Amino acid sequence: MLEVNRPMSGINDFVVKFANVNGTGSASANGLIMKTVFRMGVPVVGKNFFPSNIQGLPTWYEIRVTGEGWSARSGRVDVMVAMNSETYVRDLKEVSPGGYLIHDSSWAHPVLLSREDVTVMGVPLSELCAENFEGARARILMKNIMYAGVIAALFDLDLEVMRSLLTESYARKPALVEANMKAIQLGYDYAKANFQTPLPMRVEPLGRTAGHFVMDGNTAAALGCLYAGATVGAWYPITPSTSLMDAFKSFCMKHRVDPETGQRNFLIIQAEDELAAIGAVIGAAWNGARSFTPTSGPGISLMNEFIGLAYYAEIPTVLFDVQRVGPSTGMPTRTQQCDLLSCAYASHGDTRHVLLFPANPEEAFYLSVQAFDLAERLQTPVFVLLDLDIGMNDWMVPDLKWDDAYRPDRGKVLDAETIQKIEKFHRYLDVDGDGIPWRTVPGTGEKGAYFTRGSGHNRFGAYTEDSVEYQDVVDRLVRKFRTAAALVPKAIIKGDGATAGIVSLGSCDGAVQEALAVLAKQGIRLDYLRVRGFPFGEEVEEFLASHEQLFVVEQNRDAQLKSLLTLETAVEKRKLHSILHYSGLPVSSSFIVDGINRAMSKGEAA
Amino acid sequence: MSIAKPKISRPNLPRNTQGLTRRDYEGGMSTLCAGCGHDSITAAIVQACFELSLPPQSVAKLSGIGCSSKTTAYFVSGAHGFNSVHGRMPAIAAGASAANRSLHYIGVSGDGDSLSIGLGQLGHAIRRNVDMLYLLENNGVYGLTKGQFSASAELGSQSKKGEKNDHEPIDPVLLALSIGATFVARSFSGDKDQLVPLLKAGLMHRGFALIDILSPCVTFNDHEGSTKSYAYVREHLHTPVAADYIETRGEIQVDYQPGEAVTVDMHDGHQVVLKKLDHDYDPTDRARALAYVQEHIARGEHVTGLIYLGEGRRNFHERHQTPEQPLNSLPYDKLCPGSERLGSIIKRYR
Ligand SMILES: Cc1ncc(C[n+]2csc(CCOP(=O)(O)OP(=O)(O)O)c2C)c(N)n1
Ligand code: SF4
Ligand SMILES: [Mg+2]
Repeated sequence: MLEVNRPMSGINDFVVKFANVNGTGSASANGLIMKTVFRMGVPVVGKNFFPSNIQGLPTWYEIRVTGEGWSARSGRVDVMVAMNSETYVRDLKEVSPGGYLIHDSSWAHPVLLSREDVTVMGVPLSELCAENFEGARARILMKNIMYAGVIAALFDLDLEVMRSLLTESYARKPALVEANMKAIQLGYDYAKANFQTPLPMRVEPLGRTAGHFVMDGNTAAALGCLYAGATVGAWYPITPSTSLMDAFKSFCMKHRVDPETGQRNFLIIQAEDELAAIGAVIGAAWNGARSFTPTSGPGISLMNEFIGLAYYAEIPTVLFDVQRVGPSTGMPTRTQQCDLLSCAYASHGDTRHVLLFPANPEEAFYLSVQAFDLAERLQTPVFVLLDLDIGMNDWMVPDLKWDDAYRPDRGKVLDAETIQKIEKFHRYLDVDGDGIPWRTVPGTGEKGAYFTRGSGHNRFGAYTEDSVEYQDVVDRLVRKFRTAAALVPKAIIKGDGATAGIVSLGSCDGAVQEALAVLAKQGIRLDYLRVRGFPFGEEVEEFLASHEQLFVVEQNRDAQLKSLLTLETAVEKRKLHSILHYSGLPVSSSFIVDGINRAMSKGEAA
Repeated sequence: MSIAKPKISRPNLPRNTQGLTRRDYEGGMSTLCAGCGHDSITAAIVQACFELSLPPQSVAKLSGIGCSSKTTAYFVSGAHGFNSVHGRMPAIAAGASAANRSLHYIGVSGDGDSLSIGLGQLGHAIRRNVDMLYLLENNGVYGLTKGQFSASAELGSQSKKGEKNDHEPIDPVLLALSIGATFVARSFSGDKDQLVPLLKAGLMHRGFALIDILSPCVTFNDHEGSTKSYAYVREHLHTPVAADYIETRGEIQVDYQPGEAVTVDMHDGHQVVLKKLDHDYDPTDRARALAYVQEHIARGEHVTGLIYLGEGRRNFHERHQTPEQPLNSLPYDKLCPGSERLGSIIKRYR
C-alpha cells in the first residue's frame, strides 16, 4: 500500500482539478463529483476551463470543496487528476506543495516527471476499462467515470448519492446507470485496495447546502427573462452567450406553450447576424413587447449603430453581454470583464447607457427582471453585463424567490383610452420633469401616432436641424440619465469606517469577499463597495469620497471600471489603485490578497 | 421632412368604408426634389390605403435611410412610423411583426438601402417570409449622398458626370424569385394605374411582398445615358400581366377573353385577377417567371407587373406557431409561470 506522506488537513476545504481532453465525456464525470459533494451538504464551486473546440483539445475542470461556503477560486490545487498526457507537465507543476496527483498508470509514461512535494498516485484506468467494457468509445467514456470512483474513495464521497444522481439523469436509460456504477465501483475498489483512504483532505457531510441549488448564470438570466414576461428574443449564436437563449427556449417550450392549442406565447428569431438581432429587438420593443438579445463582445461591436438609435429614439431594449476575452475574437471560452467601456458608451455621438452588473446567477435572475423594468421605465437600452464565469459555470445558488404580486413596470405608456382624453400627444415632451417622456405603442390610435427617427428631432417628435431644438432633446437625455442613477440597483457596501476600501463589480465578488476575510486575519481591515449599476448612484460617490485609498479590483487589462469611476464620479484619481486580473480564468481570492499586500507594502495609492 | 400639411375639409370628397377621404391618408409635406419618382409612389400608397379602407392606426411604416426612406413621413400620418438606420429596416420589421402580427407593415427602402448595405437583411426577410409590403424605390443611384452608382445600376449606365458604371447590377426581382419570395412585382413610379392595384395586392398578401419600383432620380439620374431615367424606363417597360385586386369573393365579373385571366386567391378571401398580356406567361410558375425576367433583361427590358405570386409558403408567424393574439397584448399572467412553478423548476437543479 502506498504510503501517503505529508498529510494536509483539508476536511471540506480543498481543490481538486481535472485535466481532460475535450469530447471524452469528462464533463459528466466532473459534474457528477461536484453534485455529489453538493448533495452531501458541503458548499462547492465548479469552474470549467474549456477550449474553443469540439473535440481533442485540453480542458480542465476545477472543483473547490469549501465548507465555509466561499464562491471563488482559492488559487490552490490540492489534487490534480491528470488525464491528459499532453498537459501532464504543466498539470504537475500546478499542484500546491503537499498535494496529490492521480494519473492513468496503464501505460508506462516515457518521462513521468515527479515532484518531491507531491504524492503521485497511479490508477490503471485504461487497463481496468479494457478488461471490463466493450467498444472503444465506451472505454473512453468509462475511463472518465471510473476516476469518479477513485475520487469517491479518496474523498469519502457517498456512492449512494452518486447512484441516485445517475438514476435521475438517466431516468430513461437504466442500463446506463448500471454501467456507470460498475465503472465507479471498479475505481473505488482499486483505490481502496491500493491507497490509504480516505485522504486527509476529504468530504464530511455538512448540511450547509439546504435551500440552495446548482445553476449557471445564463440559465438563471433566461429564467429572469421568462419571469419578466419577455416574449421576443433575437440572437446570433456566440459563445459564451448561446446557452442563455437555449435555456430561454427550453423554459418557454415548457411554460409558454398553450396546452390546448399548442401555440407559442413567445417568438425567438435566430437572426442572420447581431445587427439584425438587435434590430429585431428594437422593432419588437417599439411595438410594445418585452424583448432582448444575448450576445458577447463581438456582437456588441456589431450592434453599435442600432444601440445609438435605441438610445436617441428612446426605445426600451435589453441586452445581455456575456463577456469573454477580447480584443477581436480573443479567447472565446475564457472569461473577462472587458466590455464595460464599450457598453457604457456604445455607439457614435454622445451616448451613455444603463448597465447592470450581477455578481452571480442569483443576481443574474433578479437583475434580468429588473433590466426589463428599467428599460421600459427609462425607455433606453439596458445592458446586463454577465461574463463567462457567471454565465457558463455552475454556481451554488440560494433558492430563488418570486413575488406573485409582481407586475412588470411598463413605464410611461399611454393606452388607447387615455390618449383619447388628452388634448395632444407629443412623443418627446418632458411632462413630468424626470427626463422621461410618454410613449405610445403602434396601433394605439391616430391621436397617439408619432414618427420615430434616429435623425435630429425636437421635443414634439418632429424632424429638426435647429440647434436649439436639438440641444433641448439631448439635454433632456442627460436629465433622464440622472434619473437612472437613482433607479439602478444600489451598490452593496460592507464596512465599518476603514480608511481604505476595495471597489469591485460582478463576478469578482466571491474572490473579493474571501480576500477581505483573509486580509482581516492579517490585520488589514478594508471596506468594500460593489457597484451593481451604472450610472453610479449617490452611495458610490459617498463611498469614494469617504475613503482615502481605494483598490479597484476588476478583470480586464485597461482598468475599465477605474476609468468609468474617474470619468463619471468626482473621485480623485490618485486615490485609486488597480488590481487587474485578465488571464482569462476567473480571479482567485489569493490573487487579490497578494495584489493588495504588494500595493500596501509599496505604499501605492496612499 | 414633416412639415404639416394644411387639412382643408371638403365635404363632398369621396369617402371609403372607414368614412375617411383620400386626404386622411396623406402625411407630412414632402421635402424631396420636385419631380422625384419617390413622391409619385407616396401618392400611390395613399391611394391604395384609401381604397382598401385601412384604419390608419392599423398601418406601421418602416424605412431605412435615403431619400426613399424619408417618404414614410409623407403618407398616413395617423400611423406610427419608424425611420431606422441604413439598410436595417427588415430587422425592425421582423421584430415589430413578432410583437404585433395584426398591423399592416409597409417598409420603404431604396436600391442602396436594400441592395448594398442591407442586402443581407432583405434576403433574410424574404427567407422568413415576414408579413409585410416591401417597397424598393429603385433609382440606380444613392440619391441622398448625391448620385453615386448603386448596385442596381446597369453595366455601362452613365452617371451625370459622364462616368460609366463598371459593374453588373443586382436585380432585386431575380434575387427575390431565386430565394423564394412569395410575392414579387415590379412597377414604375410613373404608372399609377399599375402601381395602385399592386400595392393593394401586396398589402393583402400573407407573407413578404416585394415590389421593385423604378423611380427616377431627377437630380442625379435622369439624363441621357442613364438606364433609370424617365425616358429610358418608359421606353423599355414590358408588362406580361396586368394585375387587379378584387375586393369581393365569389364569381368575378371581368371582361377578359377566356385564357386571358389568371385568378389567385389571397388568404383574406379576396382575389387578385391577373390579365395576361403575354399568353405564355404564368405568374404562379416561379421557374418560368425567373426565365422570363432574365430573357427580357437580356433584351434591355424591365418586366413589370405582378411577376410571381404564390400563397403556399408558411409565413413568419406560421413558422413560429404564435397565437392570433399579438404577443404584445398577451396578459402577464399568461407569460409568468409564478412562484409555485419556480419552486419546481429549481428543484430540478438540486
Ligand atoms: C451606416 C451608414 N452609412 C452611410 C450612410 C449614408 N447614406 C445615407 S443614404 C445612402 C444611400 C441611399 O441610397 P438609396 O437607398 O438608393 O436611397 P435614395 O436616396 O436613392 O432614395 C447612404 C450611403 C448612412 N446613413 N449610414
Ligand atoms: S436626390 Fe434624387 S432621389 Fe433624392 S429627392 Fe432628389 S430626385 Fe429624389
Ligand atoms: Mg437609390
